[in-house]
Amino acid sequence: MRVRYFAWLRQRTGVAEEEIELPPHVRTVGELARHLAARHPRFGEVLDSRGVVRFAVNREYAGPDTPVGPDDEVAFFPPVTGG
Amino acid sequence: MIRVQEQPFDPAAELAAFTAGRTDVGGTAVFLGRVRDRDGDLVIRAMTLEHYPGMTERMLERLEGEARRRWPLLDVLVIHRVGRMTPGEPIVLVATAAAHRRAAFEACEFLVDWLKTRAPFWKFEETPAGGRWVEARASDDEAAARWERPAAE
Repeated sequence: MRVRYFAWLRQRTGVAEEEIELPPHVRTVGELARHLAARHPRFGEVLDSRGVVRFAVNREYAGPDTPVGPDDEVAFFPPVTGG
Repeated sequence: MIRVQEQPFDPAAELAAFTAGRTDVGGTAVFLGRVRDRDGDLVIRAMTLEHYPGMTERMLERLEGEARRRWPLLDVLVIHRVGRMTPGEPIVLVATAAAHRRAAFEACEFLVDWLKTRAPFWKFEETPAGGRWVEARASDDEAAARWERPAAE
């Protein structure tokens, strides 16, 4: 699975994107986020401050309960600030 | 038409080309967003726009489609820059063309409001005290929510 991070989440984790092996017990975006928090402790700190991290699965906005699979691209980012 | 690009653009040239040769357009509404040199007392030296390639274009195309469903638009143009820019430079141009002004005005405002809350862009500001990521504003969410409507409609 490909995981991408944007804006200050990219800075916190120190990576823009990575390929990971999806553990069998990870079935949703929320479970994936908790799994990744172990990999990137500073990402874990951010996750604890609720509401500031948004998700996308295959470039569509998603929620913590959205299912994820090994062929998906999942992105984590802060609320958007374009325009 | 949607364009996401690093290169600067010339708003006057873009607008001239936008409805060139058409005689059915009675009104064009335009929003031009530029980099400001300050936010309150804080001096801003430069701004960098990051985005999610692929998702950005998809979201903007969806916004254009939604605007065309809601209003009788003859044409739509959205240009959004990414990368580093300095105060005064254009960041975003949204133009809508219609037979009458009301559709053009409303659709333009709708596109800007939804773009700000739905398109995956993030602003990073360089200030004399260092860099900082711009935080999303509640007022932007409120502006975008004005255009929500029941799914039944």
